[in-house]
Amino acid sequence: MNINFEHTQAAHCENGVTMNLLRNINVHRMTEPLAFGIGSGLFFVYVPLVKISNGPAIAFRTLPGLIFKRTCKSLNIPVIRKKFSSKEHAEIFLKECLEAGHPVGCQVGVYYLPYFPKEYRFHFNAHNLIVYGKEEDNYLISDPIMENVTTLTSYQLERVRFAKGALAPRGQIYYPKEGKPITDDAIKKAIKNGIKKNVSSMLYIPVPIVGVKGIKYTGNKIKKWRDRLGLHKAGLYLAQLVRMQEEIGTGGGGFRYIYAAFLQQAHAYHPVDELLEISKMFTQSGDLWRNAAVQAAGIYKGRISSQADFNTMGDYLLEISELEKHAFEALAKIK
Amino acid sequence: MKKEDVPQDLSSLGKITKEVCYATDNSGQYVTQLSKGWDVKIKALDVAWQDIEDRVAVAREKVLNKQVSPLLFFMERGLMDIAILASYTGFWKWQVKRHLKPSVFEKLSYKRLQRYAEVFNIPVEDLKNMNVHEH
Repeated sequence: MNINFEHTQAAHCENGVTMNLLRNINVHRMTEPLAFGIGSGLFFVYVPLVKISNGPAIAFRTLPGLIFKRTCKSLNIPVIRKKFSSKEHAEIFLKECLEAGHPVGCQVGVYYLPYFPKEYRFHFNAHNLIVYGKEEDNYLISDPIMENVTTLTSYQLERVRFAKGALAPRGQIYYPKEGKPITDDAIKKAIKNGIKKNVSSMLYIPVPIVGVKGIKYTGNKIKKWRDRLGLHKAGLYLAQLVRMQEEIGTGGGGFRYIYAAFLQQAHAYHPVDELLEISKMFTQSGDLWRNAAVQAAGIYKGRISSQADFNTMGDYLLEISELEKHAFEALAKIK
Repeated sequence: MKKEDVPQDLSSLGKITKEVCYATDNSGQYVTQLSKGWDVKIKALDVAWQDIEDRVAVAREKVLNKQVSPLLFFMERGLMDIAILASYTGFWKWQVKRHLKPSVFEKLSYKRLQRYAEVFNIPVEDLKNMNVHEH
């Protein structure tokens, strides 16, 4: 069961799976930034009270699964998606897909993923990889964040497909049905649609903890962390923020650089010069997020610890919130 | 971020694969650049693991003092909480809570212990004795 499949590395797993699966059905011009932007991937949310690994629940991107779904939908490509309660059925369906010549995306947990270094194996269940064949008991795996393809035994694959905990994948499999030729005009429409959705998720959701308002909210919270949590715990919280922002798959700056790259690429299909200017604003925002991470690291390394240092940290987020607000307002005006 | 400013501090992931970063070239065009890691994130991950090690040490003390069963030690070591452990083993949460009591744990059948041992990737004997073999 071997499918002619080309592996291209990406920064982020779901972008990478989306790009690789679409290229495989002849949408050759799909890139990671286009998948991310058309899928309206950029986001921010801080959920107070909820804890992940005893730290704050913060995300810089949209919900898992949405990038693939929105990108295919915007391009009018039908999608097959299935979840399973039975491990046996999940494997039978996988084999059928491979026999029919479809490489498939699988949602998996990283906790039991053997080729990840131990330090990265948390109970994180929204990782995505592609299965593109089977040799004896080994499934052929294209994990977009890895430079090279790899393999998993059927037991190893079953274990990660049926990881447990929050966002349990339940064997989820998805792939785009055969593609039809995608015109430049169709891509342009999808880009405009993706930008519109992203504007609304960052600006118009009427809750204070999401989008640009959420960034401001988090900035103000951080200023209180030193008193409320104590230095040690505040350091842990900041470390968690930095991990969500920079750890495997964000392309740097909490996905802001990928989004800036998307706007540059969008310009090729939709030549409005404002896109290039707004792209620079997102680069600037990514740089600010990185500066904030350096400031946070100063705190969790114990190099700096005063309230003034926490204020500086919080102020970075307030500045970012303003900047991204302007950037998305400018995007909202693009016709 | 400029292409030449993409950090190259070797991380544990960097030994296995480099990561794709997005950065700009001299003309301001976005390109991808591979990174071996970044000191700021390496330290953030270290902080997270130090916290886990602290928890494991507290759990070990509690087990040695017979306040809880060895399950707590392996649960903390496996970064799990009761809900995750329950769903991996197929026990109910209230059952896992009971099994955390040393008196209940001691009477568990081999078959039940086996279910825990498989989730922790260890032999049943190690589970009972809180043995750890680093591999």
